[in-house]
Amino acid sequence: MSRLIKVLGTGCPKCQQLTALVEEVVSENQLDAKIEKVEEIADIMKYNVMTTPALVVDEQVKLKGRIPAKSELLEMLKA
Amino acid sequence: MADWLVFDVFHLNPEMHLAKALNFFFYDSVKILLLLFVVVFAMGIVNSYFPIDKVRNYLSRNKLYGLEYLMASLFGVVTPFCSCSSVPLFIGFVKGGIPLGVTFAFLVTSPLVNEVAIGLFLGLFGLKTTLIYVLSGVLLGTISGSILQRLKLERHLTPWVKEVLANAQREQEAFLLEKQPFGKRLPVIWREVLDILKGVTPYVLVGIAIGGLMHGYVPDGFFERYLSKDNPFAVPVATILAVPMYSNAAGILPVVQVLVAKGVPLGTAIAFMMGVVGLSLPEAMLLKKVMTLKLIGIFFGVVTLCIIFSGYLFNFIL
Repeated sequence: MSRLIKVLGTGCPKCQQLTALVEEVVSENQLDAKIEKVEEIADIMKYNVMTTPALVVDEQVKLKGRIPAKSELLEMLKA
Repeated sequence: MADWLVFDVFHLNPEMHLAKALNFFFYDSVKILLLLFVVVFAMGIVNSYFPIDKVRNYLSRNKLYGLEYLMASLFGVVTPFCSCSSVPLFIGFVKGGIPLGVTFAFLVTSPLVNEVAIGLFLGLFGLKTTLIYVLSGVLLGTISGSILQRLKLERHLTPWVKEVLANAQREQEAFLLEKQPFGKRLPVIWREVLDILKGVTPYVLVGIAIGGLMHGYVPDGFFERYLSKDNPFAVPVATILAVPMYSNAAGILPVVQVLVAKGVPLGTAIAFMMGVVGLSLPEAMLLKKVMTLKLIGIFFGVVTLCIIFSGYLFNFIL
């Protein structure tokens, strides 16, 4: 079943880094997932996130405020 | 060691400006990067036990009879955030029920007193100055926060953010309690330390390079003519010039150190640094989303005045 991955961030370098990392992990592991970038503050606030970048998988906030290691990210996307 | 490298290996004449500049560069770079590493690592450990959600919850739930500004400011010291988080953070705090002034205390101190700035201050100016800086950063946040709160500025928030706040519910969140044992946290902390250092080192090196050039080429006492303690306008001018500029602490501190070595009084130099790091045009642009121009103006104005005041104070006591 396809997962919905959302990367929350207003566009600063860290947020772009996270998006790139997510794209990399998804393609390398051929995960069935759709990646969406959420840049509007109002939408970001809906997830109660105060520190960007943040990662949301299937509407669950998995990570906020930092860039994870690839292995950590993979675990979050698979779980 | 730097002496050895420049004078013996490169056989450069110690009297030459270039030699002096290079010497400064190597010596400072090594010393600073080492110190930076230690401080960032120590802060990293503290940070991993201080998630922002806990901070927010604590601030919103506890009646602290005026101490909340100090606490917010202190939290600003230990919690890092990427500058693009300032808007979500602002909204998050206010939404969580934290008074505007307390949020400001956090916003003011956070960029000023962080592990990078502390590490650099230690390396460039020594322990005493570092302690004074940290203390003043915290006081600055605390006092600006309380002043701003007195002014009752809530009506100056943008209509947009007022709407966001109205629509969002004030939740009693069960925040993610990360009960990770220290051993598990360590690799995460380690990676973050390396990330921070990787990001900051280019700026530090450029800053030191500029500092090095000035050290070698600018005659001592050069700045004294224009910016000495006797010039009463030095502090406000330096601060006001600094406010629209932006650099992170890493880039500007080595330059500041050379300014001081060349005759600028420490207080004036610190005021300049606070203006550059603490307030900036890019930050104002980000904040435009949540604050009307008037509010941004008041915010910047109050903080600038406090910085100018600290500048005078330092010149007086140091």
